[in-house]
Amino acid sequence: MAEHVVSRKTYIVVWIALMALMVLTAGLSRIDLGEWSTVVAMAIAVIKALLVILFFMHVRYEDQKITWVVVIAGFFWLGILLALSMTDYLSRGYLGVAGH
Amino acid sequence: MHDSSAVATHGLRHHFADMEQQRASATLGMWVFLVTEIMFFGGLFAAYLVYRTAHYDAWVIGSEHMNFWLGTINTVILLCSSLLVALAVHAVQVGQNRMCAIYLWIASAMGVAFLALKGIEYHAHFVEGAVPGALWKLAVPDPRAVQMFFYIYFVMTGLHALHVTIGVALLAVIGWHAARGRYSPVYYSPVHVSGLYWHFVDVVWIFLYPLLYLIAHKKA
Repeated sequence: MAEHVVSRKTYIVVWIALMALMVLTAGLSRIDLGEWSTVVAMAIAVIKALLVILFFMHVRYEDQKITWVVVIAGFFWLGILLALSMTDYLSRGYLGVAGH
Repeated sequence: MHDSSAVATHGLRHHFADMEQQRASATLGMWVFLVTEIMFFGGLFAAYLVYRTAHYDAWVIGSEHMNFWLGTINTVILLCSSLLVALAVHAVQVGQNRMCAIYLWIASAMGVAFLALKGIEYHAHFVEGAVPGALWKLAVPDPRAVQMFFYIYFVMTGLHALHVTIGVALLAVIGWHAARGRYSPVYYSPVHVSGLYWHFVDVVWIFLYPLLYLIAHKKA
């Protein structure tokens, strides 16, 4: 079976969503959302990245399960890198974080 | 017209059983490479996270020296170029080699535009003295921490720009092969995996843009 042919319409709809999210995150950066600003900016970035990965990079249409495993493992390991690094830095008082 | 059996195996390397296995292997191999790239950039994102947590005020000051509009325009350029690369894959899948080449070449040119704008930004940082080390001229509170922001900024965007440079060359060459009719609806893995590389570069920028450019206006 040949690879799924994604329609041009799908790509263009995804691109419009990406541009809309880009305008949203740029606009929101001009508004003071307090401590939520970083959370919102990162949430928008994650949605944009997912759109690119699932549609432009065809992962959504990949019928090979091993590709899914590799992609998910890659981001899972990135999560380990970031999360466990931070638990170390935050819990040992290396960083001057409020409350420590 | 080609003989149909010749078309069905055109581009098949001898160590693969059939076109589907070859295509699946190319996709998987590219993703394994991209996972190493995720971890490559991941180390820098981890460094960013640690220093940002330690020196948030310095990060805000550094971010104020970023050019918001150039960063935003570069984001638009990369998102548009990614659409063109996706359309190039569609074109080659339906047998339009010429359109595939045109999409890839425009995307490649957009990569050059991205690098040109990045160069203008770097030049402005040098003029302003926002370069860590001997050239540092910025009079800011906690200059060591602000220099750390710029170290991380230059390494992350520099490594990203290196990837864009490689992508520009890659898309141009693959476009040239497409224009010469080297690919077909059953053999187009070079277009697909080069596209994966370009989209990956786009994904990295999707995170760099808010992390570097959009902090300053958000101080709690």
